[in-house]
Amino acid sequence: MTSVITVPPSLDDHSFEQVLEQLASVPRDAKLVVDARHTRWASPYGLTALLTLGQTRQERPSFTVPDTEDTASYWARTGFFTHADELYDLHGSVPKARGGESSVLLEITPITRSDDVHNVVGRIQQKSQQILSKELNLEAKATVGFAMTLSEICQNIVEHAGCGGWVAVQTYTWRKRLANRRVVVIAVCDAGSGFRQSLESAPGFVRSDRWDDAAALEATVVRGVSRFRDPGRGQGIKGVRRYLSRWDGKLSVRSGTAKIAILPGWDDDLPLAEKLAPFPGSQVQDTKPERVSGSPR
Amino acid sequence: MMHIDLSSVLRQTLSCELYSNLVTRPTGAAVRTQIETLLADSRERSLTVIDFSHVGMIDFSCADEIVAKLLLRYAQADLSDREAYFIFRGVTDDHWDAIEMVLERHGLALVLETSDGACVVGIVNDGERVAWEMVYELGRTGAEGLASALGFMPDDAARVLDGLHRRRLLMRLDDGYVAVGGLGGVHA
Repeated sequence: MTSVITVPPSLDDHSFEQVLEQLASVPRDAKLVVDARHTRWASPYGLTALLTLGQTRQERPSFTVPDTEDTASYWARTGFFTHADELYDLHGSVPKARGGESSVLLEITPITRSDDVHNVVGRIQQKSQQILSKELNLEAKATVGFAMTLSEICQNIVEHAGCGGWVAVQTYTWRKRLANRRVVVIAVCDAGSGFRQSLESAPGFVRSDRWDDAAALEATVVRGVSRFRDPGRGQGIKGVRRYLSRWDGKLSVRSGTAKIAILPGWDDDLPLAEKLAPFPGSQVQDTKPERVSGSPR
Repeated sequence: MMHIDLSSVLRQTLSCELYSNLVTRPTGAAVRTQIETLLADSRERSLTVIDFSHVGMIDFSCADEIVAKLLLRYAQADLSDREAYFIFRGVTDDHWDAIEMVLERHGLALVLETSDGACVVGIVNDGERVAWEMVYELGRTGAEGLASALGFMPDDAARVLDGLHRRRLLMRLDDGYVAVGGLGGVHA
């Protein structure tokens, strides 16, 4: 029997949970159709997470392309279909990617090795300084921190995931939550080991009374715990948190059945969500809003 | 005095002319290994300039591998039989966030070359900072000279000088202490 997963009209980190809820009861080796025909918009998180979903399936799934030309063209320009073609049997009209998309700071890019991180950082630096300073009024110092953040989040894949993942960076306007302020979003998703499994692989790991995905996320994201004994480890995420708190940004990390978020004042997301539908690997989103007068420097 | 241009080491390490950013832990480890190879040829007491001038940016993981591990290995008298001193040149705001964080994490300090001389940054207490700055200003001094200049008890001055020397922030000479980066010694 083939299961059909319906992608919501607007796909972001919140609505992707609807996809995972539908997926929860579908065995990994079952035939699957991911139906995005009625999807009109997707965040970088949504697009990279859809690729990750394709990675998790034992049987090559099908994917139906958005039926709106604008949406499909946009997804093509982000590089989505190039990568989706390797994971899914694509159905529907797949536009050719023509020209660049100005809001896409970094099209969807696979990360498997350390060299990929160098490439991503190099590419983002060329574009980000102009866009981040012009569109988001961020100082030069913030753009350097932005590249550092990107580097650290991508390294998580190389160091911990045990398989490749994807990164995408995009700017867009947040109409509801931030009253038309621009934001820049980094999304990094993989279908690898995930945080809990990574920590469990530490030498001498002892399971605590309350040990689950949420506890693993708290240990890693809040306390900087790492599976490595080297005391310098675990600083990447800590550095990302420090940078985001300085620039009023938000960090959310989903792994397994939990999601943790480091929240700025403008966001009312849950700091910790547990008992979510299970999904392998880790999915990280870093959101930084346009700086307006009076916001943190 | 040895001068190590990190961007050159980076290019040699990665065999690639395109990269000017110190990012990723494996890259940091490879760059540090290269630095350690260069230091292995130096004398028992050495002063090395670690030059960031042509480095675009450094991330936290790379700063931990290069800066923190270099200092942890060489700039602690208890752990190293060599007297290796470092001064960091060309460090800008673009590098500082990552370096500051790893210094805090490991409780380390280093000497930074600035446009008007040198300064000590990282984890030092007020007494250590004042003492280092006074030694830097005096050029060369011992416990009595420092005690007299700062109104410390001689024993306290001796203790703080020894502590700064053990952290490789001051050099001990036969007739006193010199601040790393002091006496114009590092301005090539």
